[in-house]
Amino acid sequence: MGKTLFDKIWEQHRVREEAGRPALLYIDLHLVHEVTSPQAFEALRAAGRRVRRPERTYATMDHNVPTDPRPFQIQDPNSARQIEVLAANCREFGITLYDLDSPHQGIVHVIGPELGLTQPGMTIVCGDSHTATHGALGALAFGIGTSEVEHVLATQCLWQRRPKTMQIRVEGHLPEGVSAKDLILYIIGQIGVGGATGCVIEYAGTAVRALSMEERMTVCNMSIEAGGRAGMIAPDGATYAWLKGRPKAPQGAAFDRAVADWESLAGDPDAEFDRQVAFRAEQIAPQVSWGTNPGMVTSITGTVPNPSEYHDPVARRSAELALEYMGLRPGTPLRGLAIDRVFIGSCTNSRLSDLETAARYAAGRKVAAGVRAMVVPGSRQVKAEAEKRGLDKIFRAAGFEWRESGCSMCLGMNPDILQPGERCASTSNRNFEGRQGRLGRTHLVSPAMAAAAAIAGHFVDVREWPH
Amino acid sequence: MEPFRQLTAVAVPLDRANVDTDQIIPKQFLKSVLRSGLGRGLFFDWRYLPDGSPNPEFALNRPEYRGAGILLARENFGCGSSREHAPWALKDFGIRALIAPSFADIFFNNCLQNGMLPICLPGDEVDSLFQAVSAAPGAQIEIDLERQQVGPAGGGRKFHFELDGYQKQCLLDGLDAIALTLQHADEIASYESSRAGH
Repeated sequence: MGKTLFDKIWEQHRVREEAGRPALLYIDLHLVHEVTSPQAFEALRAAGRRVRRPERTYATMDHNVPTDPRPFQIQDPNSARQIEVLAANCREFGITLYDLDSPHQGIVHVIGPELGLTQPGMTIVCGDSHTATHGALGALAFGIGTSEVEHVLATQCLWQRRPKTMQIRVEGHLPEGVSAKDLILYIIGQIGVGGATGCVIEYAGTAVRALSMEERMTVCNMSIEAGGRAGMIAPDGATYAWLKGRPKAPQGAAFDRAVADWESLAGDPDAEFDRQVAFRAEQIAPQVSWGTNPGMVTSITGTVPNPSEYHDPVARRSAELALEYMGLRPGTPLRGLAIDRVFIGSCTNSRLSDLETAARYAAGRKVAAGVRAMVVPGSRQVKAEAEKRGLDKIFRAAGFEWRESGCSMCLGMNPDILQPGERCASTSNRNFEGRQGRLGRTHLVSPAMAAAAAIAGHFVDVREWPH
Repeated sequence: MEPFRQLTAVAVPLDRANVDTDQIIPKQFLKSVLRSGLGRGLFFDWRYLPDGSPNPEFALNRPEYRGAGILLARENFGCGSSREHAPWALKDFGIRALIAPSFADIFFNNCLQNGMLPICLPGDEVDSLFQAVSAAPGAQIEIDLERQQVGPAGGGRKFHFELDGYQKQCLLDGLDAIALTLQHADEIASYESSRAGH
C-alpha cells in the first residue's frame, strides 16, 4: 500500500517504535515563546538537564508584547517578567532569540516560515496549538503542552501515538471574494470543532493546490479548531519558490538537493487515509461566525440559527448559551449586523497578502464613525515590507490604527482587548467566550470581510463590494 | 510524578460541550512563570461574576460539590489552546480525574503529563453518570485504573474504559517521561548521526 505525506514524515522521524507503544519521534525544529516555556526551563534547571539541541531551537516573544510604537516600557509587570525570563533562559541555554529589538521578531508561526526555518518534511513542535500553520510547507507540525516542551528541550524527541489520517479534498475554484479563511471556516463548520480529533489532516484537491503559500498557512493554521492534531499540504513548486533565498533555508546547490528530497514527500497515488471528506469550492461563500466556537459559523447571506432546530440536547444548549453570550437573536441576518471593533492580525491572517487584501477594501475610504479598527502585522518583516508598499499610509488614511507586531487582540494577553459587550470583526482564529476580553463578542472573518466591515460599520458581503 | 491508582471522590458535573481551555483558565492567569497556584483562576469567568463575587449558579461553587476530585464533562472537553495551565489549574483545585465522551488531543496529553486521568466513555454512560450525580449531588464516583473501571462509589454499575497500555503504566508508576526517554539516549544519538546533513 502506498504512503501518505504524513506516513513518510512519521517513518523518517521514528527513533524507536514498538508494537502497542507510542513511538519516540525525533523533532527537527522546536519553536519557543514566552508564555508556555518558563516552567519547562525551570524544571530543566531543577533537574540539572541541558538543552540537547539548542541549534534546533528558536525563540521569540509574541503573546504578551504590546503593539505600541517601540521602544516601550511594558506596563504589566507580569508580562514584562515573562519576557525577561525568556531572554534569560535563552541566554543560559544557548538558544537563538528574536527579541523585541530584532528585525525578525513576530508571531512565532509567522516568523518560522518567513525565516525559512520551516521546511518540507520536518517535524516541528511549539508550545502553541496553532503550530499546524507550518504544515502548509509540507511539515508535520503540532502543538504541545509545557511538559512536552521540557521533554523536547531535554531530549529533542517526543513519545507520540500514531494519529489517524484524514484527507480533506476541495475541488474547483474559490469564487471571487472568497478567501482561504472562508474555506477553512467553512470546513470547520461542516465537520465540527471535534471533527478531526485524533487526526492529522492533509488538505488536497485543485482548490488547495491553487492557494498561495500564505493562504495555505491560513488553512493549516486553523486545523486545531476542528480538533486536528496537525494540518498539512504536500509541497510543490509554489512551496520551493516561496522558500528559495530565505535566510535559514538551504542555499545554492544544497537547496536543489533539498528540493529533490522534498519532491519525494508527496503521498503515493494509492495511499489510503483513515477518513476522507470532500467539498466543492464553488459552494463556499464568505463566512462569519455567529457563536462561541469556530464551528458556529455560516455564510454572510445566512442568519443566526434557532437553537430549537438542533435535535441533540447538548448542541441545543450550546447554541442557546452562545446566542446569550453573543447577544444575538435567532433569525438575525449576519449582513448588516453592526460592529464596534475590527482586528486584522493573528497567526491566521497577519501576513503581507492578508494586509494587501484588507488594504484594497480600505483604500480611499474611511472607517465608519464609532468603529475602532486596528491592523497588527504578524512580524516586523511583514510590517517593514507592508510599509515599503505604502499599506500603512492606506490604512492610516482610512482611519485604521497601524501597530507593531505580536499576537495582540487574538487573545488579549497584551493591552489590546475588547471591552464588555463590544462586537468585533476579527481575522483571528477563536471566538471563544472572553477570548478577546471578558464579555467581548468575536466574529471570525477573512481580512477582506473585516476591512469592509470596518468601513461599513457592519458586516457586508464583500462579493458585492468594489475594490 | 505522583502515581495514580485508585480514586474515590465527589464528582462535579459541568454540563456543557466543547469547553475550551480559555474557559478553564483565562489568559490573565497565563502570565505566571510557575505551575502552582493556578486553581484560583480555574473557570474564572464562570466561577465569578463581573463584580468579583462567586457565581452561586456555577457547579464548582455549590457547597455539595466542595472538595470535588473528579470533573464530569461533555464532548470535546479541553479544546483550543495548548496551555498546560488548564490541567495545572484543575489539579491545583483538587481535580485528579475527568470523565467525558471525548477530549481534545493536546489537553488529554497534558493531563497525563501531570498524573491526571482523563477517562473517555460512550455518551450514554456519561449521561448515566450525569444523572446519578444530579440525582444525588455530592455523590462520589470511584475509579480503579488497574482494572480500568469507573462508576458510582459503593455499588452500582461499573463502566470499563480504554487507555493506552503505555499511558496506563506511566500513571500507575508515576513515571518521569524524560528519564524514560534518556534511557534511549544512544538510539537518539545514532538517529542523529544517521541523519547528519538533514
